[in-house]
Amino acid sequence: MLNPQLVMYDEELKQIQAIAEKLQQDSRAQTILLVDKNGQLIAAAGGADQLDTTSLSSLVAGNVAATGGIAQLIKEEEFTGQFHEGKGISIHMSLVGRRVILVVLFDKSTTHGLVRLRVKKANQELTKIFDDLAAKAASTPALDPFGGDITDDDIDNLFNDDSDLFG
Amino acid sequence: MSFINYSSREINCKLVYYGPGLCGKTTNLQYIYNKTRPEAKGKMISLATETERTLFFDFLPLSLGEIRGFKTRFHLYTVPGQVFYDASRKLILKGVDGVCFVADSQMARWDANIESLDNLRINLQEQGYELDKLPYVVQYNKRDLPDVSTVDELRAELNPTGVPDFEAVAPEGTGVFDTLKALAKQVLAELRKGA
Ligand SMILES: Nc1nc2c(ncn2[C@@H]2O[C@H](COP(=O)(O)OP(=O)(O)OP(=O)(O)O)[C@@H](O)[C@H]2O)c(=O)[nH]1
Ligand SMILES: [Mg+2]
Repeated sequence: MLNPQLVMYDEELKQIQAIAEKLQQDSRAQTILLVDKNGQLIAAAGGADQLDTTSLSSLVAGNVAATGGIAQLIKEEEFTGQFHEGKGISIHMSLVGRRVILVVLFDKSTTHGLVRLRVKKANQELTKIFDDLAAKAASTPALDPFGGDITDDDIDNLFNDDSDLFG
Repeated sequence: MSFINYSSREINCKLVYYGPGLCGKTTNLQYIYNKTRPEAKGKMISLATETERTLFFDFLPLSLGEIRGFKTRFHLYTVPGQVFYDASRKLILKGVDGVCFVADSQMARWDANIESLDNLRINLQEQGYELDKLPYVVQYNKRDLPDVSTVDELRAELNPTGVPDFEAVAPEGTGVFDTLKALAKQVLAELRKGA
C-alpha cells in the first residue's frame, strides 16, 4: 500500500486527548474534534456526546477535500484553515500536518481571535504527535490487528441473520 | 486506508460504490440502510441535487460487529456517476479500502459502463492505487428491466479478471447484501494479511 495505514495506540491517543481537552478549556470552545482526512473521527473533547460526530466527521472531511480540490485548481497550495460563522455556533477548521483536521465548535462565550490563537499552539503539539505516529507506522511492519487467527467463519458470522447487523 | 485504533479496539474501513449515472449506487445504500438494525448504523447522508442525483457523495456508516474483540466499522460511500462530476469522484476515492463497481445492465448503458470503469481505473492510478490490487467486486444491477445485456456479455466486458460478481435488483434488495458481504470479506482478509 502506498499510504501507510493510520494506526492509533493508547499512549498517543492519551496525549492527543489531553491536548484536545486543554484546547477546549483554554479557548472556551464547546467541542473539539480531530478527524482523519478520510472522515474518521480520531478524538473528541467537550460536548461531543450531544453531536452526531460520525456524520460531522464525514462532512467535515468532504468539505476539506472539496476546498483542497479548489485550492489545487487555482494553484494555491492548500487552504490551511476555514471558518464558518453561524448565529449561535461557529466552526473553525484547520489542518494538522497533512492527514488530520482539527475542528473547533464555539459559541458567543468566546471569540474567533482567542480560538485561533489557542488552535495555533495546540496545532503545533498535535503535529508532532501525528508525525511521530506516521513514523512509527512506517517503521514497524504492518501487523494483523486480529492476531492472525480469524477465519472465514468469523467474517461470515458478521452477516448472519442474528448478527449485530441484522439480528 | 483503514484506520486501526488499538486504543479503542476499532477498525474503520472505507468502501466506495462506483459506476455510471443512474446505475443504482445510491439505491444500494438506501436498501442497506433500510434493512439494518438501528444500532448497527448511523445516519445516511446524501449530498444530492434537487432531482436526487448524487452531487458529492452518499455516506452510510455501518458497524458490523466484533471480530476477536475488534469492532469493525465500515464507511460506505457512493460517488456521483454523472460524467462532469469527475473532480468529486477523485476526492471520494481518497483512502479507499475496497471498491464495488455497479454496472447498469441495460443495453443502452453499455458504453456508459465501459467509460465509467475506465474512469475508475484512471482515477485510482492517479492516486497510486491499482484496481487489480484492491479488494474489488462487480454488481450487474437492474436485472429486472427489459433490454438488458446478458450477464455473460457484461462479465466479458466489465469483469475480465473474474473478481466476485453479482446480479442485482437494488430497489428490491436482490444481490445487495451479497455484494456488500463479498467486498467486506475481501477488505477484512486484506487486513488479516497485514495490509
Ligand atoms: N428497475 C430498476 N430500477 C432501479 C434499479 N436500481 C436503481 N433503480 C432506479 O434507478 C434510478 C437511479 O438510481 P440511483 O441509485 O439514484 O442511481 P445512482 O447510481 O446513485 O445515480 P447518480 O447519483 O447520478 O450517480 C432510481 O430511480 C432507482 O429507483 C434496479 O435494479 N431496477
Ligand atoms: Mg447516487
